[in-house]
Amino acid sequence: MVTEDPPAPLLQMQGIVKTFPGARALDGVDLDVLPGEVHCLLGQNGAGKSTLIKVLAGAHRPTEGTVLMDGEPIDIPHPVAALEHGVATMYQELDVVDGLSVAENVFLGHELATAGFTKRRELVRRTREILARLGHSEISPNREVSSLPAAGKQVVSMARALSHDARVIVMDEPSAVLDSGEVDNLFRVVEELTNQGIAIVYISHRLEEIRRIGDRITVLKDGRTVGRNLEVADTPTDELIRLMTGRDVEFVFPDSPGVPEDAPVLLDVEGLTLDGTFTDVSFQVRSGEIVGLAGLVGSGRSEIIETVYGARRASRGTVTVAGKKLRPGDVPAAVAAGIGLCPEERKSQGLVLDEPVYRNITLSSFAGIARAGWLDEPAEKRAATEQIEALDLRPRGAERAARTLSGGNQQKALLGRWLVHGCEVLLLDEPTRGVDVGARSEIYALIRRLADAGNAVVVISSEIPEVLGLADNVLVVSDGEVVHRCPAKDINEHGVLDLVMEGTIA
Amino acid sequence: MNTETTAPPAEEHASRSTWLRGSAGRNLGLVVALALICVVGVITGGERFADWGNVLTILRLAAVLGVVSIGMTFVITSGGIDLSVGSVLGLATVWATTLATQTMAGNFHWIVIVFTAMAVGTAAGLVNGVIIAYGKVVAFIATLAMMAGARGLAEIISDRQTQRVEVSEFTTFFRADFLGVPVLVWMFVAVAVAGWFLLNRTTFGRRTVAIGGNAEAARLAGIKVKRHTVYIYGLAGLTAGIAAVGMLGRTTAGTSTNGFLLELDAIAAVVVGGTLLAGGRGTIFGTVLGVLIFTALTNVFTMNNMTSSAQLVAKGLIIVVAVLLQQRFANKPSST
Repeated sequence: MVTEDPPAPLLQMQGIVKTFPGARALDGVDLDVLPGEVHCLLGQNGAGKSTLIKVLAGAHRPTEGTVLMDGEPIDIPHPVAALEHGVATMYQELDVVDGLSVAENVFLGHELATAGFTKRRELVRRTREILARLGHSEISPNREVSSLPAAGKQVVSMARALSHDARVIVMDEPSAVLDSGEVDNLFRVVEELTNQGIAIVYISHRLEEIRRIGDRITVLKDGRTVGRNLEVADTPTDELIRLMTGRDVEFVFPDSPGVPEDAPVLLDVEGLTLDGTFTDVSFQVRSGEIVGLAGLVGSGRSEIIETVYGARRASRGTVTVAGKKLRPGDVPAAVAAGIGLCPEERKSQGLVLDEPVYRNITLSSFAGIARAGWLDEPAEKRAATEQIEALDLRPRGAERAARTLSGGNQQKALLGRWLVHGCEVLLLDEPTRGVDVGARSEIYALIRRLADAGNAVVVISSEIPEVLGLADNVLVVSDGEVVHRCPAKDINEHGVLDLVMEGTIA
Repeated sequence: MNTETTAPPAEEHASRSTWLRGSAGRNLGLVVALALICVVGVITGGERFADWGNVLTILRLAAVLGVVSIGMTFVITSGGIDLSVGSVLGLATVWATTLATQTMAGNFHWIVIVFTAMAVGTAAGLVNGVIIAYGKVVAFIATLAMMAGARGLAEIISDRQTQRVEVSEFTTFFRADFLGVPVLVWMFVAVAVAGWFLLNRTTFGRRTVAIGGNAEAARLAGIKVKRHTVYIYGLAGLTAGIAAVGMLGRTTAGTSTNGFLLELDAIAAVVVGGTLLAGGRGTIFGTVLGVLIFTALTNVFTMNNMTSSAQLVAKGLIIVVAVLLQQRFANKPSST
């Protein structure tokens, strides 16, 4: 390609090193961001992306290295300094204050005020301007943020970045909380921003998103830059995955041996309804079968399995486990009958993070390790260690706090909880969320192995290929209804999206 | 599957280092603090402080606060709070010394007084628990209401009069020594040991910690969180009832003012002892040390003729310093 000189970089990070006691999180990272580009930051969990953006946001000070803005070295000792230099960061957990209005959130920390009295009208006017710039005039500045969906909160977060006159906006997995319609919207906003000359540093695990909006890519691995300023258009996916992992394939889905017709039905859901959320959901899962629920965020898929589990009380319908009908809204009964749920939010719903791994594994069932309420701790540790080894949970230490495990290993600990309990029906909500690309295939193989061992498994995932690759049979959920059911091999991602967006397979 | 043979040593190492860094390390700090107080006591009070009789006085005074603090440890470990234990103790002393109770005790056995106090305490605690778990009222508010209500009820029942324990067998028993140590102190020891086993060696304790660490995860793991919450507050009430028995044994007086502000001392002792106010981590041993620290301190202060007002100021400072120190230690990054 013959072009004029490339524009001068807006933001440069050179040779950034960050050491923590006992760990070298960043070991010489370079990053060049041009004005008006979407610069994607790729890398597995632990590659150093989070540390890098924290350096940029002023949350960490680099041990070595330089950050330059317009070619001038800058110092970012604290988060306010980052904003003063025009760098705004949108973290994955949206940092909006629910009880405040949109306008108050946008100007949080730099309220427009005279002598401490807020200028409410000015605040609302400026907020409206910024929202219009983002193409979201429909959000009222006076609306309370708690009433907005995740996508709306994200817009508020972006508006806050603009209120600081940000020239670089760092977005940490912004699409993780959005469904695909909302993602389109996000991309429109991103385009809007880049047209105004603002640079976006975009972090995502989803390669297809990077293909859609990215301009250039920097790949991190083990705290180093391994791929620098790769043009999105000329870099094949294989190459990226190879750089990130040293592996050539992304996901390996294990083959299903097929479910025999005469396999016993372990889970039978009949006409399950939760008023206002989903209606008349029926399905069966046989021993050895994986059933996938495909659908967008907000389609009701998580609510369906939470209701099956009893974490929500069904309005109508029945759940039968191995022939035993469950009382609605009774989690202990469901657990006793042999259902286990690995919830969507592992950290807030699944694990007691400061407790050791073995106690997390045995939390649901003290059968065989306690007599009349007295714990036999050696037996407990033996039972947990058995699962730790069977699941290849790493590192092996049963005494380690659950908090210190990686996402994939936390997921294994949760699976271990149900296996030690002898559950035969496993409900897995987003089993690979927050799990490294490299560790995913291992989780897939594990889920398949559990099914092959005779368990009935229900899997939910936002990533449609994951559901299709893993499941024997798929239910497509849209707006609280099962709109289609078929063997997983008879449908592709495109078909599922057509169903949830158009209602038919095109 | 590749099973590493190096796993067991690694695990052993982890457990040893968490042991040093964890509860033992924290308790060591408390032991040092207690030792310092004793050194100050010996320097300023000499013989008067170091006297065995004085030690027993400290322990006897520690017993009532100590028993209540054991129950409070469970409540705080589960992520809750109980502001009512002092009032409930007062109510229990009054109820257990009414004419009706004492007549029954006189006719039957002095143990009636003990059971009455324990039953009153447990009932009040269970009411707290039901209101918190099933009424979904924040623990702070529910127990605040009980704090006011129980105190008022105690005043109504006693007509604000002091009710002496007239059953002499009761008084004799609780004033006696066993193996040279007052029965009251044995009571504290028994409750503390039972509390330690309950927290560390039973499913009840394990679930209490889990609920305090992550209530939603505990619920989704199939733990009956509501029922368990009721039990925890019932247990706190029970310890308030047992402490009421101790109070009656020590003072022989059932009055509605018994246990005034005791809940604050108990919370302070528990938190200084190392139990997380946010829940998820509790230590009975730490609580016992916290109780001893506060009681020994009061003893040293009194011995040096410090006014009770000055003692309050000093106590407040000590709580703040102790918690600040604890946070400093807790925030130390553990190299895992």
